[in-house]
Amino acid sequence: MKVMVAVKRVVDYAVKVRIKADKSGVETSNTKMSMNPFCEIAVEEALRIKEAGRASEVVVVSMGGEQCVETIRTGLAMGADRGLHVITQDSSSLFPLAVAKLLQALVSSEQPRLLLLGKQAIDDDCNQTGQMVAGLLGWPQATFASKVSISDDKESVCVEREVDGGIETIQLQLPAVVTADLRLNTPRYATLPNIMKAKKKSIQRVTPEELNVVIGSDLEVLEVTEPPKRKAGVMVASVDELLDKLKNEARVF
Amino acid sequence: QASSALVVAEHGGGSVKNGSISAVAAAAAVLGDSSPVTLLLAGSGGSELDAAIQHASSAHPAVLVARSPLLGQPLAEPWAELLVQAQKKGNYSHIFAASSSFGKDVLPRAAALLGVSPITDVTRTIDQHTYIRPIYAGNAMATVRFKGSGPCIVSIRATSFPAVPGLALTGVGHPSIRGNLRDGFPEAIGKSKWIGLASQQTERPELGAAKIVISGGRGLKSAENFELLEKLADKLGAAVGASRAAVDAGFVPNDMQIGQTGKIVAPELYIAVGISGAIQHLAGIKDSKVIVAINKDRDAPIFQVADYGLAMDLFEALPELVAKVPSKRL
Repeated sequence: MKVMVAVKRVVDYAVKVRIKADKSGVETSNTKMSMNPFCEIAVEEALRIKEAGRASEVVVVSMGGEQCVETIRTGLAMGADRGLHVITQDSSSLFPLAVAKLLQALVSSEQPRLLLLGKQAIDDDCNQTGQMVAGLLGWPQATFASKVSISDDKESVCVEREVDGGIETIQLQLPAVVTADLRLNTPRYATLPNIMKAKKKSIQRVTPEELNVVIGSDLEVLEVTEPPKRKAGVMVASVDELLDKLKNEARVF
Repeated sequence: QASSALVVAEHGGGSVKNGSISAVAAAAAVLGDSSPVTLLLAGSGGSELDAAIQHASSAHPAVLVARSPLLGQPLAEPWAELLVQAQKKGNYSHIFAASSSFGKDVLPRAAALLGVSPITDVTRTIDQHTYIRPIYAGNAMATVRFKGSGPCIVSIRATSFPAVPGLALTGVGHPSIRGNLRDGFPEAIGKSKWIGLASQQTERPELGAAKIVISGGRGLKSAENFELLEKLADKLGAAVGASRAAVDAGFVPNDMQIGQTGKIVAPELYIAVGISGAIQHLAGIKDSKVIVAINKDRDAPIFQVADYGLAMDLFEALPELVAKVPSKRL
């Protein structure tokens, strides 16, 4: 069984982002970029599925400009078998619906039985792509997965999901789309030997035109601005002082 | 095209959920008084659904009901299909839902089936097609405009649209979706099965709606120590939350996690105990009125966001707080 994992290159989670002066977006040049943490978890899960003997091949795919190749290489260094790069002019115009359409086209040619994604990208925080591609493919979906178990006969997958009320368990017939949540696993580091091996693994390049997908967008980002600032707080020296402030100054008691 | 909105009304225990009431408030604010807003309530049937329909139609004139065994559980495939069918029948200009785990699961799938991009987790509405949503864990705000043809599909962050329980509108009858959901049965339905939900039963208020939230982090050191927080919460009538670190360590279950990928809270008072204040946690608390932090590490980033910071060992501070805090039931 083939497993496909879609990964995204984003500003590293530890970076304190700066908004561009012209409000056109967040500053990404000269900023540390990494594979989206949820995508790393998705790759890790695919690798574990392969190591458990349930999958024969793990294909990592990313879309955008040239720098995507770095992110795909990271996936290959973790242990994925091969990469796919959908090369587009400009990553910033790739909204989830476009990514979903591209993934739909890739799935139709690659025919994986399981498509794994991170539940959300930590840049746009959309949490949409997995759901959208599942809809376009007509596949069942399991989002926010905290546990994934492929059946012995590889016909179905049982998924525990983190939802508002607790942990929900659902079972899907394969092929299916699963999106990874934080506690699904702890991703491995790429070891140096694997990083070296990854250089020999293939990354196939394809364009949206070759996939017959037109990248349009029905969304426009008008501006990106600072969130409302909280006014500075104060340190208090004791519980008594805290309670006094809460009662007499903040008036929450 | 005249404006009209469909609001997905989640319900539980016989009433419409607060998050969905917030979604109705957002829809009404965006569309204005003269445009109809229809609530969609669905399920497999039974007394809880009937009670929820009563609740909805007591406050709102247009309630659309769908009953099908396929809708008995919150599975994305039949619910997304329901929205597609409702949209085909009603031709709404807008579809709204709360950005709950259900809304997050279903709405984007429905949007893709309808051929449009949704705008999710909106915190402010500018006009019928323009919305503001947080990005980068709330460290930046994006103003996004929908310029497609097709319904404008929006999920709202409930804490940004306070729910007014019992909207001031008069109740009128409830039409049902004619026809069976099985018509034109898309292949994905029937390929997913709901097995169960493991949740903790609690008397405490829901995190998203509580006026006071007390949260614990890694500093609590154990699940047992969370009892200290719970004592304080009980005295204040507060909800209890946690940082990701506390959930990862197994101190508390996942549904207590507050942050960028957990729950978003905006209470009057948020007390962070033994929480360092990672960017991802702050994303979930920034709209709180008053933030208090208790952490023995004076350099913890949480103090940069807190209105009142107490650099003290929580194991000393908590018992003292429990003893001295006024007993309050909100």
